[in-house]
Amino acid sequence: MSEKIIEFKNVNKWYGKFHVLKDINLFVNKGEKIIICGPSGSGKSTLIRCINGLEQHQNGSVVVEGIELDSTLKNIDKIRGDVGMVFQQFNLFPHLTILDNCALAPAWVKKIPKKKSEEIAMEYLKKVRISEQANKYPGQLSGGQQQRAAIARALCMQPKIMLFDEPTSALDAEMIKEVLEIMTELAKAGMTMVVVSHEMGFAKTVADRVVFMDEGKIIETKKTKEFFENPENERTKLFLSQILH
Amino acid sequence: MFLNSEFKTSLKKNLRLSNLVPQLLLIFFFFFVIYFFANNAQLNMKARNMNSGFDFLGTNSGFDIQFSLIDYDGSSSYGRAYLVGLLNTLLVAFFGIFFATIIGFIIGVSRLSSNWIINKLSLIYVELFRNLPLILQIFFWYFTVLRSLPSTEKSLIIFNFLIINLQGFYIPKFIFTNSHYIIYGIAFTLLTIFLIKYYAKKMFYEHAKVIPVFKISLLLIILFPLIFSLIGGVSINVEYPKLVKNFGIFNYLGGVKLIPEFLALVFSLSLYTSAFIAENVRAGILAVNKGQKEAAKSLGFNNSQSLNLIVIPQALRVIIPPTTNQYLNLTKNSSLAAAIGYPDLTGAFAGTALSQTGKAIEIIFIVMMTYLTISLLISLILNWYNKKIALVER
Amino acid sequence: MNKENIKSWLKINLFSNWYNSIISLFVLIVILLIIPSFLDWAIFKATFIGKTKADCKTGGACWVFISVWFEKFIYGFYPDKELWRVNLAFIILILSVLSAFFVKPKIKPYILFFLVFIFPIIGFILIHGGFGLENVETRVWGGLSLTFMLTFFGIIFAFPLGVLLALGKRSELPVIKYFCIAFVEFWRGIPLITVLFAAAIMFPLLLPANFNVDKLLRVAIGLGIFESAYVAEVIRGGLQSLPKGQYEAAKSLGMSYWKMNFLIILPQAIKTVIPGLTNTFIALFKDTPLIILVGLLELLGMVNLAKSNSYWLGMAVEGYIFVGLIFWFFSYLLSRYTQSLEKKFSTERH
Repeated sequence: MSEKIIEFKNVNKWYGKFHVLKDINLFVNKGEKIIICGPSGSGKSTLIRCINGLEQHQNGSVVVEGIELDSTLKNIDKIRGDVGMVFQQFNLFPHLTILDNCALAPAWVKKIPKKKSEEIAMEYLKKVRISEQANKYPGQLSGGQQQRAAIARALCMQPKIMLFDEPTSALDAEMIKEVLEIMTELAKAGMTMVVVSHEMGFAKTVADRVVFMDEGKIIETKKTKEFFENPENERTKLFLSQILH
Repeated sequence: MFLNSEFKTSLKKNLRLSNLVPQLLLIFFFFFVIYFFANNAQLNMKARNMNSGFDFLGTNSGFDIQFSLIDYDGSSSYGRAYLVGLLNTLLVAFFGIFFATIIGFIIGVSRLSSNWIINKLSLIYVELFRNLPLILQIFFWYFTVLRSLPSTEKSLIIFNFLIINLQGFYIPKFIFTNSHYIIYGIAFTLLTIFLIKYYAKKMFYEHAKVIPVFKISLLLIILFPLIFSLIGGVSINVEYPKLVKNFGIFNYLGGVKLIPEFLALVFSLSLYTSAFIAENVRAGILAVNKGQKEAAKSLGFNNSQSLNLIVIPQALRVIIPPTTNQYLNLTKNSSLAAAIGYPDLTGAFAGTALSQTGKAIEIIFIVMMTYLTISLLISLILNWYNKKIALVER
Repeated sequence: MNKENIKSWLKINLFSNWYNSIISLFVLIVILLIIPSFLDWAIFKATFIGKTKADCKTGGACWVFISVWFEKFIYGFYPDKELWRVNLAFIILILSVLSAFFVKPKIKPYILFFLVFIFPIIGFILIHGGFGLENVETRVWGGLSLTFMLTFFGIIFAFPLGVLLALGKRSELPVIKYFCIAFVEFWRGIPLITVLFAAAIMFPLLLPANFNVDKLLRVAIGLGIFESAYVAEVIRGGLQSLPKGQYEAAKSLGMSYWKMNFLIILPQAIKTVIPGLTNTFIALFKDTPLIILVGLLELLGMVNLAKSNSYWLGMAVEGYIFVGLIFWFFSYLLSRYTQSLEKKFSTERH
């Protein structure tokens, strides 16, 4: 039996008059890997940013690890400690070394001694294979290295869920490969992952389920194999035919 | 290697005729101009029966300066008059920088306020003060605002501490006995703070304990000098300004007198410069990418942590270099003192001393070199700092 | 806007929480106290018509001061019957600048050429005299027209010199490079007042005894050289921002140093730094009143003189507000223009 670690129920969100999320219903089981795809502007990023409270929904409910997220929730910082996030633009802190980028949050948020935090950081930097860059600044690294450092930074908080917001869209082809490799390894280790991505190859090998969104609505949610072999909706078919060629 | 290849090629390049000619011409022209000026100066001096040189610095000045940080009277030398002027320049610059920074940061942050009225008012402030000539602002404060203050008999007295009238602002003077004990106290505090900082760093590194160094330091800097003063028997004598009637004219004697020229300068320099600093502060805060705050949030930092650890360190890197430039401008602009007769380097030395001695070349040379030295010192520090904080890029 | 909208606007922008509400209320009260009494003084109780100070009896501002002295504030002591010459010069200037906005881009360089090389000669002859026009000595020049003349002279003097200095700072020839660096650093390191003192008092001592240069000209050249150092720094920034490829492309076409710089590099570099240049020229405009310290009276100087006239004592506030309005108007207009250019450039790049 799998337990639900994230659950969206009838979630709606507006930016002013623009309806970004329309009646979203979605759950993610522990250890599951979900890929969210869809045309740009379809609300994918907004959806996963609701999971760690970077965006607030206006009605419906979002429950993460049994805690309901709403604007009054005081320990949203704590949930954020359990939910790691990787951004399209990396968002590494340019004034800190890679090691400090990784060790800062464990030390200040989790109150782990700085020395121990640095050890944890080194451990994860080794896992993403850039430990030799630990004392460099983000500006000195390539895009792929920066994104791997950003993954390590999120992992240092030892999160239970990892969110990836188009992690490879800002990268060149060969760098995409090195980042996807790390993500695949992470998936194999059993992490719960929600990934917004157009990397269909990655989706086929890693994802348990694929979610297709368009115009703020979830159009289709299916097991990976089914999703690619017989998509139901016309829009999904159109999208797949465009992206796979 | 003594001559590396790069140097050799550049040497070769420079020895080419087409490159050599313009450089030699420039050198020749430069020395010709200097010779021309020096020669004319000598002839002109001779015709006026004047001797050149800097000997006059040692002779009696014979004029008084109404505002001085060090002992000075008519029997002091011109050299000492220079020193008085320099100190007065530095004094105005110091207070100007102090207030300009505080006001500038407040206005700069207000420019980003979500409160509409605060936002618009700070915009008006910035656009008003930076688009008016500084000298007009100085005149305005000096000739209208400070001239409309009450006369000496009707002085505005605030809490028996600050006395305001046409003659300027008066505050009590604090005279310490055994004052060296206070200095010991401060030295001891600084040492303690240094040790606490080291200890705090270690505690944080090994045990994740955050020690509020800033709050403790604030407490100690008051406490230790106080204890030392008690031990050393330091006593404070407060000299209040007293209203005295002399030949039917009222006057305040004693205390510290801040003359209107000084006040007008400090007011206008701080307000004018603060408008520019405010824009730097605003730009610095806006320069921090939105993604940085989101990344900090997603890692679980709370608001104050993300401000202190992520936003402020990055914003300061953008704010500090142009703000230091503004400090430099303020220091140079303080020379406008001459327009209202505040005895700074320009007013007292390039003004009064020049008109008395007629030594235009020497005095203007000294004044220019003094300002140049200050400017170069500040830009050296700035360059060093910029190199230190520059975000490392590929 | 309906009532609901106003309500929600107020709530969001003024009273979003308790401390914002307190600040907003406090500020609103202060504004409501200050503005009516200021308007009372400046407009409702002010006197606009009259000939002497005695005509101002209402207790408000005495704008009579401005209207009586107006001609002096604009033209200084320039003789009355020759005023048309100053006016004509400025009309030509304004018309040629305005026309630049309406003509085809192809014609713009000719207008620029006219402004930089021909207009200064015409303007000088008109204002100073010669060719049958009566000589008007520079010591009677003054007021706002002098402010504009100095600013204009400063710009056309500082710009070419600044360009040369900026190129010199990047020269491969060490003597030229270090000379330009030292030159620029020297002028940027000293306050303008010392330059004015040097031009007015020191410089005559450095020239042959029988060789007289007009004081206003000395001061104007001092201003121009001072400003050129700042122009050089701005243009250097533009040169630095150009990609190396531009130099390489120009060189690969076989261009000489001067051709490369004047045809390829400078046009691009200068375009990117127009906002910075405008800011420098605003600073120059705001600095011109400093010439009061060497006894030359432009607008602020004239007002200072008028307010110490024994028939017009106590008019400082009115005078300074008048000067302030004029300087503020031009500086603000130009700085808005710069901001719009900056915005335009930053969108063009993306």
